[in-house]
Amino acid sequence: MTPTPGSADRMAVPDPARLHRFDRRERLLHWTHAGAVLVLLASGFALYQPDLAELIGRRPLVRDVHVDTALAWGAALLAQALLGGRALRDRLRELGDPAAPRFNRGQKTHATIQAALAVLVSLTGALIWLGERHTGLRVGGAVALHDVLALATLALLLGHLYLAVLHPATRHALRGMTRGEVDAAWAREQHPAWAAEDLGESGERGSGEADRGPARPYDDRMVAS
Amino acid sequence: MPPTRPLTYGRRAFLSAVAAGLTGLVWAEPALRAVGSLLPGGAEAIVPTTGWRIYTVSGIPAVDPAVWRLRVGGLVERPLELSLHDLDDLPQVEQVSDFHCVTGWTVRGVRWTGVRVAELLARAGATDGARALVVRSLERPYRDTLTIEQALLPDVLLATGMDGRGLRAPHGAPARLVVPAMYGYKSVKWVDQMELVVVPERGFWEGLGYDADAWVGGSNGRA
Repeated sequence: MTPTPGSADRMAVPDPARLHRFDRRERLLHWTHAGAVLVLLASGFALYQPDLAELIGRRPLVRDVHVDTALAWGAALLAQALLGGRALRDRLRELGDPAAPRFNRGQKTHATIQAALAVLVSLTGALIWLGERHTGLRVGGAVALHDVLALATLALLLGHLYLAVLHPATRHALRGMTRGEVDAAWAREQHPAWAAEDLGESGERGSGEADRGPARPYDDRMVAS
Repeated sequence: MPPTRPLTYGRRAFLSAVAAGLTGLVWAEPALRAVGSLLPGGAEAIVPTTGWRIYTVSGIPAVDPAVWRLRVGGLVERPLELSLHDLDDLPQVEQVSDFHCVTGWTVRGVRWTGVRVAELLARAGATDGARALVVRSLERPYRDTLTIEQALLPDVLLATGMDGRGLRAPHGAPARLVVPAMYGYKSVKWVDQMELVVVPERGFWEGLGYDADAWVGGSNGRA
């Protein structure tokens, strides 16, 4: 594996003031998902809200945007999950792993709900699509559930944006998702167990593939602090 | 070894959330309606929970009400060509009815004003052979068909007003059909033509398997 120039620099001159938090593939996955969800929510809302529907008027176009975005969303996430290899999948698996210190319980819960909403909204979307093609495939309640799921997604997104952009204690996290690194001081405060583990490893992270380094026992005491 | 089995995240939580979500196929609609009835009017306007979904098949057509004409033709003795003004001069009826969409949503207590289709057909004079009424929309190629008997039902209207004001564009202005006993796809919006025929052509949704006799609660797989 070839280290990227950035990671090579990092290895040469480790910067203890910054910790590597998200690798390139994680960030690409996040922003693909984020972009698709924003387009889906916007186009979906235009289909759903009567005044907007009137303003835009071109429902078939908006619906095509909505459906095509949904298909591209699924394809892109699937492709990245496959092409990202085990390295990416292992990192994603941390979102469901109680022993992984990189994310706290709230973040893991958020990710789990997001994933469930994504599956449910795709499923109900497919049901609506099929029902428009033939009444025998129509499932009553699919439209209402799709709407409820979209509203839940919106609520979750607003909370996520508040923590990532506005809330003083947590908004530094956004830097991790834009540039991949966060201040070590912030990490020590918000993710002490992860910061301790990462600082112990100092500079060996960076390419993202370095994650399968020597396994370190999970330190419960750090979670309590 | 995980120290504890997490309740709120991980594979098991994910599967539970998906399963719980799927039960929403049953409760989401009544829940939305209940929440909507509690919200103040302003919130309801932003996030409609009990209201209309504006469905079109090719987009809301641009209609100039000054130029618009309703043509009633086919198997009639006196073909009609009516302006909006002419329609307003015909006997007006007002009725309150629920609007049911086949996709599952319902709007209760819509107040429609307009002219009975029976009135229009009486003025045009249906000839003996006429068996069905084809109603065409300016939103091509949307159309739908009623049998003569269905078209003559007293609550079947060509509406030009809704909830105390003129019909608005998303709801089919300047004139739309209202067939309260049937699912909404029978209530053609942006109507510009009515034609009496012997053999009805299939309506837009009928071509996709939806029932021509779209009685609410008694068609499209609903008993």
